[in-house]
Amino acid sequence: MMRMNAKEAEQLLINGDPIQLGQLAGAEARKRFGDRITFIVDRNINYTNVCVNECRFCAFFRRKESKDAYLLTFDEILGKVREAVDAGATQVMIQGGLYPDLGLEYYEKMLRLIKENFKITIHSFTATEIQHFARQAGISILDCLKRLQAAGLDSLPGGGAEILVDEVRQRVSPKKIMTEDWLHVMECAHSIGMESTATMVIGLGETMAQRVEHMERIRQLQDKTGGFRAFITWSFQPGNTELGGEKTSGWDYMRNLAITRLYMDNVPHIQGSWVTQGERIGQLTPAFGADDLGSIMLEENVVKAAGTAYDMSIQKMVDMIQGAGWQAAQRDTEYNVIKTYGGKADVR
Amino acid sequence: MYSSEEYKEIEKKIFAGERLSREDGIKLFACKDIAWLGNMADYVRQQKCGDIVYYNVNCHVNLTNICTSKCKFCAFGRDKDDKGAYAMDVEDALALVRDASKDPNLAGLHVVSGLHSDWSFEDYLQRLQALHDEFPNLYLKGFTGVEITHFAKISGLSVEQVLRKLQQAGLQAIAGGGAEILSDRVRNELCPNKATAAQWLEVSRTAHKLGIKTNASMLYGHIETLEERVDHLLTLRDLQDETGGIQTFICFPFLPKHTELGKTVQQTSMWDDLRTIAISRLMLDNITNIKAYWVMLTVPVAQIALGFGANDIDGTIHKETILHDAGASSPTALSEDNIIKIIREAGRIPAACDCNFNILRTFAD
Repeated sequence: MMRMNAKEAEQLLINGDPIQLGQLAGAEARKRFGDRITFIVDRNINYTNVCVNECRFCAFFRRKESKDAYLLTFDEILGKVREAVDAGATQVMIQGGLYPDLGLEYYEKMLRLIKENFKITIHSFTATEIQHFARQAGISILDCLKRLQAAGLDSLPGGGAEILVDEVRQRVSPKKIMTEDWLHVMECAHSIGMESTATMVIGLGETMAQRVEHMERIRQLQDKTGGFRAFITWSFQPGNTELGGEKTSGWDYMRNLAITRLYMDNVPHIQGSWVTQGERIGQLTPAFGADDLGSIMLEENVVKAAGTAYDMSIQKMVDMIQGAGWQAAQRDTEYNVIKTYGGKADVR
Repeated sequence: MYSSEEYKEIEKKIFAGERLSREDGIKLFACKDIAWLGNMADYVRQQKCGDIVYYNVNCHVNLTNICTSKCKFCAFGRDKDDKGAYAMDVEDALALVRDASKDPNLAGLHVVSGLHSDWSFEDYLQRLQALHDEFPNLYLKGFTGVEITHFAKISGLSVEQVLRKLQQAGLQAIAGGGAEILSDRVRNELCPNKATAAQWLEVSRTAHKLGIKTNASMLYGHIETLEERVDHLLTLRDLQDETGGIQTFICFPFLPKHTELGKTVQQTSMWDDLRTIAISRLMLDNITNIKAYWVMLTVPVAQIALGFGANDIDGTIHKETILHDAGASSPTALSEDNIIKIIREAGRIPAACDCNFNILRTFAD
């Protein structure tokens, strides 16, 4: 098949028919993965809310001296990892604010402690954090990643990419790392065998040409490194943010999703986002090119409530997948299937 | 473009404009390729209706929620002494519409109500007449086949006489509700106290004879089988062959919250909702309009349904109550601007219409 070029993608993003694109994208996904739709069981651990970046659209960050600033102790972090492991999680995603003065040794120790105590994949730290750690330590990104890898970091999540066009980034998150920095972190990681995912956030007021530029940058890097496992599109959630605006429509999201499957021909997995789109649209995403629905996201309280609530979450995910006639399967971080649930004959 | 060899024959029939059989319908419900279904339905929609999407600037008037029917899928009906029971007198109904008519674009009313234990047919008629007298320029669509069957029963009049009286009082079109699943097995189980399948059909048939257009609907996702959905569509298709009086077809997914049936039945998936709309478009080859009712589907799903065969998105509503009692998560009203935006974003042309699909305004760019 001829590779879709940037001009074609832009035109399709403007006026392509989502259902026709969906059929093509769905067929492409089936060709690669059959009727199997995967998900992962993991837990987010936000180790600190202290952040020097102070992004205007963020409601999470605190200054270090603030009354409700926190930094989890190693014991607290290990406790959370233990809860996740007990609940059947195969992955933890540790992310936090940019703490002013912890030092790289702090993160190395955190990773080592987790690996010494648990058999769990550490898929953690965004490109923004990696760059911050390297600067604090006064070393290169590559050396920083090597040290973290030696301490137990397995892979990098793809967050923080937003739209990889500086004009957009200057407008929505001027203090966050810019396009070249994000790509550089990913390239360095891939060069030492540390794979990652990539994300895109739509609905930030970007043009369709800018969305394509984002996809093109990632496709080019992927041609070079092959280190992106999955591509994930989120839609910007305008509620309670300074940026505001309207949420992108289902029509736009589905069309965009289908185009990412067709355009990102060198990235194996395309994730449908039930988190930003809601479960009803999420359920439809496999028909538009997705082969994975991401994480069931063990929430703090859910994890604490132990077994039952957690089983409900897995059950809900499996029902959502089977309800549309697909085969549900739990995967690990590397997208290996570790448990299959099969399909349902009656998709009522 | 067909999804697999298995569906090649059906696809050929669709492109040739041939009528689909009962077996085809059952096979379509077994199809797992929802995007193919959507494309087929969208092709037929494009052939039949072009790019216009209809909507109404309307106000729902539910005169009472007191209802003797006790349908197991309903969260709206109450007994007279129940908490939250209400019955509007003439003045209440007028006040509601006066408020709604602050919108200068308000074009009409959708009047659907419970089967009140004490009201006579005259009580309903009087309210309708009063609305028509004060708002002669608003179109009046209302009363389902179930209500009209009930009016005939309590008044001793024939269905035809009831319809004539309603027509004289200003009624211009009949609402599509109450069809549920037109199977006596399902009705005996879920709603034995109201119009049978034959009675519901008879109201439509009689109305068409009098020149009154009707809507038709299907309530699905409860205890019916997929074969019963197909049979329901075929029943309506047969009636339409006979009379040609059905204007639009509406798929209602059952909303389980706060209903008796909801204890055992889960809400349909979006996947089921979209394929049911697409299959309705494909099977109902003689009904021009297929409605995506945003109140039940939610706004994002209704928008996507425009790509699955729908060409009608219902209306602004002013304040929806029946389905919000059953936990509908959509808003209770949509602004006209919002509706126009949703339709345009889908690359289609918004057209405000009256209850008989006469176009009042269009918004081609």
